[in-house]
Amino acid sequence: MPIRTALAVLAATTALVLTGLWVGNNVNMLPLDASSNAPTYDALFKVLFSIGTMLFLGIVILLVYSMFRFRRRAGDFSDGLAIEGNLPLEIVWTAIPAVVVLFVGIYSYDIYERMGGMVALNDHSAMDHMAMDHSVQQAQAPGRVWGGIGAAGMDAAPSGPVLPVEVTAMQFAFIFHYPDAQITSGELHVPTGQQVELHMEARDVIHAFWVPQFRLKQDVIPGQPTVLSFTATKAGTYPIVCAELCGPYHGGMRSNVVVHEPEAYDAWLQQNSPIRTTT
Amino acid sequence: MTSTAPLQDSGSPNLSPDASHAAAAGQDHAEHGDFRLFGLATFLVADGMTFAGFFAAYLTFRAVNPLQEGSTYELELLLPTINTVVLIISSFTFHRAGKECRGGNLGASRLWLAITGALGAIFLAGQMVEYFSLPFSLTDNLFASTFYALTGFHGLHVTLGVICIAIVALQTRRGGRISASDHFGLEAAELYWHFVDGIWVVLYGILYLL
Amino acid sequence: MTLANPSDFNGSLQPQGWLRYFSFSLDHKVIGLQYLVCGFLFYLVGGALAGAIRTELATPLSDFMPRDTYNEVLTLHGTVMIFLWIVPVVNGAFGNYLIPFYVGARDMAFPRLNAVAFWLIPPAGILLISSYFIAGAAAQSGWTAYPPLSLTTPAAGQVVWILSVLLLGGSSIFGGINFIATILKLRRPGLKLMQLPMYCWAMLGTSILVVLSTPVLAGTLILLSFDIIAHTGFFNPSLGGNVVVYQHLFWFYSHPAVYIMVLPAFGLVSEILPVHARKPLFGYTTMVYSIMAIVFLGLIVWAHHMFTSGTPPWMRLFFTIATSFIAVPTGIKFFNWLATLWGGKIALNSAMLFSCAFIVNFVFGGITGVALAQVPFDIHVHDTYFVVGHFHYIVYGGTVFVIFSSLYHWYPKFTGRLLNEDLGRLHFLLTFIGFNLCFAPQHWLGLNGMPRRVAEYDPTFTTLNQVSSVGALLMAISTIPLLINVVVTALNGKPAGDNPWNALTPEWLTSSPPPVENWIGEAPLVTEPYGYGQHHGQPQEVKA
Repeated sequence: MPIRTALAVLAATTALVLTGLWVGNNVNMLPLDASSNAPTYDALFKVLFSIGTMLFLGIVILLVYSMFRFRRRAGDFSDGLAIEGNLPLEIVWTAIPAVVVLFVGIYSYDIYERMGGMVALNDHSAMDHMAMDHSVQQAQAPGRVWGGIGAAGMDAAPSGPVLPVEVTAMQFAFIFHYPDAQITSGELHVPTGQQVELHMEARDVIHAFWVPQFRLKQDVIPGQPTVLSFTATKAGTYPIVCAELCGPYHGGMRSNVVVHEPEAYDAWLQQNSPIRTTT
Repeated sequence: MTSTAPLQDSGSPNLSPDASHAAAAGQDHAEHGDFRLFGLATFLVADGMTFAGFFAAYLTFRAVNPLQEGSTYELELLLPTINTVVLIISSFTFHRAGKECRGGNLGASRLWLAITGALGAIFLAGQMVEYFSLPFSLTDNLFASTFYALTGFHGLHVTLGVICIAIVALQTRRGGRISASDHFGLEAAELYWHFVDGIWVVLYGILYLL
Repeated sequence: MTLANPSDFNGSLQPQGWLRYFSFSLDHKVIGLQYLVCGFLFYLVGGALAGAIRTELATPLSDFMPRDTYNEVLTLHGTVMIFLWIVPVVNGAFGNYLIPFYVGARDMAFPRLNAVAFWLIPPAGILLISSYFIAGAAAQSGWTAYPPLSLTTPAAGQVVWILSVLLLGGSSIFGGINFIATILKLRRPGLKLMQLPMYCWAMLGTSILVVLSTPVLAGTLILLSFDIIAHTGFFNPSLGGNVVVYQHLFWFYSHPAVYIMVLPAFGLVSEILPVHARKPLFGYTTMVYSIMAIVFLGLIVWAHHMFTSGTPPWMRLFFTIATSFIAVPTGIKFFNWLATLWGGKIALNSAMLFSCAFIVNFVFGGITGVALAQVPFDIHVHDTYFVVGHFHYIVYGGTVFVIFSSLYHWYPKFTGRLLNEDLGRLHFLLTFIGFNLCFAPQHWLGLNGMPRRVAEYDPTFTTLNQVSSVGALLMAISTIPLLINVVVTALNGKPAGDNPWNALTPEWLTSSPPPVENWIGEAPLVTEPYGYGQHHGQPQEVKA
């Protein structure tokens, strides 16, 4: 390879990598990050976005360049070069995606572990406290819990008590029940900084609990009590969306999660709990 | 091409589909040998995957879903074991029928086919006896449903096999389609029958022994 | 071999009249065109349904049609597009037309089975669509038909849907068996496997997937119909059943189904690029191995559709890794295609434009696909418009673009006439712009909170949804120049000659359209279907 070509390839690759990194870090495609694992998720997204931009731009530029540079001139009916392959080259472009994919896989595994995804939720001893007065669980093996994101391993998992909330998904609403405060609500109210554990069950068909600002989603499947843990970090009101087709009013199956500062949350509890008001 | 029997337009009314099929699949590509058995084998792979799906579903149910309270799901072993033996023997008798046919002994072949068919019928009868003596019915519980779905789907295959055996046996008579040199129908039925027997052995292991 | 003057046999042996296209013809070329036209008609139906969806979504409120109708429409759109347009056309139409040529045969291995496979499709399609009018209600649970929803929506429509998909699955299996037998057993003597055009390998891999995975779907749907009709409880949690088992079995077919739709497109592109770039296909051997690697990996990645379904962590980990690694063989193919173009003499005609756009679209869809394979990423965007955008980039930007490319490439083979290039480029431009306008914004919508399969959405998403709807309108308009082109060309098109592209693959070494038995005399032995630039391409004298 002549030195000029080599330099041009090197310059182009550098430019591509820099562009990819810049795009990944500066183009915001995501909503507000309002839970403790959202920044972790966003870090993964940046990496994927950067690599994706590099690969996409690289291939498209190569393609468009070829289409113009090697286009057939009028009157030229000859053939191109009879190159049938090039083993070293083919090994290189087998290796590149393999390395990229391996890196992405290991990195996303790490992210997933930090989000608490690798906790074995079916481990009965770890989740014994889950088995309490759950009517649906009688149909299942006792204590059997299915779920996505667990608590342990969560980044900056706050110490202190866990706030349990029972969630019932039905056509076409989510019902939230606070067992400690005896509150039943159509909206989810949580404080910032405290770990919330949703104990979810579905009445009729599959629903999915999704809060885009928390980067969390979990299917709620009939017959499978499910646990989802998160810690909200930013006060505000965010949508809760049902993300699994559940019938005609699926699109209307929305609610809100209201994240309060701890004091405001206590005030909300005071206001709404039947236990407190009777005293 | 050794023979160039023209593959005529099937849209023309004077040509029967049979003739043009034979021209395309058989004689015209005589040098390739007969690949109809290959096609059948591929189909049986597909059919086997249907069973594999059912088996996988059953095994997952077993591993994950407990039997609901108050429901019964118990199987007797004696009758299905006898049935298994009957079906395995029938595989050997069919093999014998094929051997006799290839040896030109069509009469003996027909006899062995009749024995095979009878064994198949005995199996089906045994299956019926089991169905009527079981303490659960189709919709009683998950495992009852799975049991009937699996054995029923297999029973359907056996029934089809017995019908095929009957047809093949008729064709071994003088002037029939099957002769010592041309016996595709018999070989196809034999392959199918071995497949159905093999599936039963797996099914027996998973459903009754596990 | 010498090319005979087409007029010598065009009149005498060619079957006459349009009626043969409505007959139980055993000719693989007739069957191929039957698949093509039938599939295209269903594409128009599916497109109309897509138009209805995009009209509903042009406003945030559910105000265009009743909500349950909307669910029927999205179910029918998915089912029609997958089972009646893409799978039949990219496998059945081009496979039936081209594979016998490529293996040097006069027909498929089992011509009668072939005709049966095709004639299962129109009744199944009509049955499916008529369920909307006759059964009172069509299926409303999406093309995935997840229980328990599919057990609670109107039963008649769901049962008709199952019946129709079973028929189409049967057709697909028969087709797959036929392709495997034709490619492996019916090759012309002297033709080795590693000399076959790449489309044969793609169809071999696809057919293996069809034969291994479609029966599982059939069995699953039979169990589902028991749940609906006989009230068994396989997938009904209130009767002790297990919903997730259905999802496993469903995706064991439906993920390979993506490769059933995409691998043949890879094969077709591998035929089209070398012809119009006048260069050999780069890296034949690695292309073959990567197809087989995709087949193998494609069978063991299904649970990446179920990352939020409460699957155990080890399963998520395994399926993440397996899925990611599909990017390796796929990447090889794309780099090989780029290398095929490099240093060629590229004719930028409609066929080539669609194929190049396929590369752009598919790379985009592939990159979002690798991202989706990562569990933490998927948890956020699963079942959102991000996924809708992703798979339309794969199946529309990928496969449908290739179908159009193939149409421009092989239309002269089918009819002996060249499609009009100006109309072709207009068709390309409208499709490319419309497609990207329609589906690119959907990625952002999904990331920011819009779930899929909804008739109404948060008003903050209005603008991008309207952009998407405008894109859909452009796509609808883009079919007009295509239809005009096909009709005008059929009536009064430029005669193409036998080999307008100077191609070396065997289907061009006979007249256009070909005689009933494909060749007069013996089939040519083509051992180098991509021997461009090597001065032994026989048909040089035909044109240049």
